[in-house]
Amino acid sequence: MLPEAGLSFAASFAPALLDPARSTPEVVTGPNGKAANRRYDVYRNNVTVSLIDALAAIYPAVQRITGTDFFRAMARFHVRSNPPTSPLLFEYGRDFPEFIAQYEHAQAMPWLADVARIERAWLDAYHAADAVPLSPARLSAVRPDRLADLVFIPHPAARCLRSDYAAVTIFAANRDEAPVMRIDASTPEDALITRGEFDVTVRRLPPGGAVFADGLMSGRPLGEAAASALEAASEFDIAANIAGLIEAGTFTSLSCGDPS
Amino acid sequence: MSTVIKQVPPAAMPLRFATPIGGVAGTSFKPEHLPDILEAGPRRGFFEVHAENYMGAGGPPHRALETIRRDHPLSLHGVCMSIGGPRPLDKAHLARFRSLVARYQPALVSEHLAWSTHETSFFNDLLPLPYTEATLACVCDHIDQVQEAIRRPLLLENPSTYVAFRESSMRETEFIRAIAERTGCGLLLDVNNVFVSAINHGFSALDYLADFPLSRVGEIHLAGHAEQTDDEGDLLLIDSHDGPVADAVWKLYEIVIRRRSAVPTLNEWDSKIPDWPVLQAEAAAAQAILDRHQSTAMAGDRHAA
Repeated sequence: MLPEAGLSFAASFAPALLDPARSTPEVVTGPNGKAANRRYDVYRNNVTVSLIDALAAIYPAVQRITGTDFFRAMARFHVRSNPPTSPLLFEYGRDFPEFIAQYEHAQAMPWLADVARIERAWLDAYHAADAVPLSPARLSAVRPDRLADLVFIPHPAARCLRSDYAAVTIFAANRDEAPVMRIDASTPEDALITRGEFDVTVRRLPPGGAVFADGLMSGRPLGEAAASALEAASEFDIAANIAGLIEAGTFTSLSCGDPS
Repeated sequence: MSTVIKQVPPAAMPLRFATPIGGVAGTSFKPEHLPDILEAGPRRGFFEVHAENYMGAGGPPHRALETIRRDHPLSLHGVCMSIGGPRPLDKAHLARFRSLVARYQPALVSEHLAWSTHETSFFNDLLPLPYTEATLACVCDHIDQVQEAIRRPLLLENPSTYVAFRESSMRETEFIRAIAERTGCGLLLDVNNVFVSAINHGFSALDYLADFPLSRVGEIHLAGHAEQTDDEGDLLLIDSHDGPVADAVWKLYEIVIRRRSAVPTLNEWDSKIPDWPVLQAEAAAAQAILDRHQSTAMAGDRHAA
């Protein structure tokens, strides 16, 4: 779309903001004929640094793992190729985990993208709509012969992520400043992210737990979800898992399937 | 059925604070200060938040803002509306802004004379615009839309800038005065921005203030700035909001308050955020200046009565 007459300034001003190869736009100047290169660079710097800072705020564990210099270099590439499309910065960086997975210099840390996925889900849970979590008493009140048909409504903050690596342990160890002990990164771990009463929590799910949680959160009846979980892990404990999911605030409501 | 907690309806959030709130000093509200603020209890003054930080659906940010709003007047400061840009306003963003105004009943609502979005990219900075008849018409149209949406006047903030546009045909003060006259909007005078732009563009800050429609000012901002140099090696000030207010800016502020008396004043601090007492001390310094000139004005009121 062509801008209206006299309104082409933004189209002239914007392209060089994230592209250091472009020169200062001709449309701007310093006062009294002064040059505008360093002046325009203030805007380039504000844009680039503030967006890198935004990624650092969303992905603090990734930054702690890689170190600040590595992180900022990686984030700068991402910011320049994928600037935000929403003015809500807490929505930014959804494609950053995939970028990390492809990033040449991060290949030695194959679990890093999954840690980033947990951090992104953490922030989504943080801003998700408020809802009262399902009370455990609701499950106790269900007749045993109706349990298999139970269907659950997921809490807006609830997320489930699977990893081939020890992503939950690595995430948890790097979200604060405490020293990190040696972690065996090769143990697969699945994450449950919820916001119960107040704060976001990230839990590690037992074997089969992610299949079970995913099934229930996508609306499959309890019996079906449990069967899939048992297929995935023969030692799967249905009672402990459903109690754990409810206690974590994964759901807001339940119903006994087809009302007919 | 989902048991989603209902948002507090506007009627249940009593305004409780007279608007205009008068000559009180406020601070930026930063969530890390919440425990200190609550421990100290309700205080004179107000808190300002960036609207975009509270545009999520729910969670801790809204809980914190509701807590603050219960005992203090609130100033809702929009940063990303892109009022100064050539593109139509983002309707979804405008709707979010309107909901926040309805939900929190802020005493003050403001936005910037700047733009931050172009095509599909959001640049997260307050970018400058040329001052021409064409941009004036566009900005006024955008402000009409915002004021129509929120059903109240908006306070528009003067920018700090580092470059000028060759095509500009009006002074910034002339441009801002015309906007206020055409749209009926109020103004947010950022005194630090005046000082920063005056140094950067080589004009007199006092002349700018003399030319600024002070009667329209509904809020004042104060903030710290940083120093760099331009291509010629001359001083270039950066509107960094990361430190205390400079002495020169305090002097300009006192000149404005002497002329305008009671105007709510905010100490902005957005980066390298200090402990709460430091921010509170900055606000106390502004409050002292406000009180000094308020007592004279109030004496004048009594004489008039």
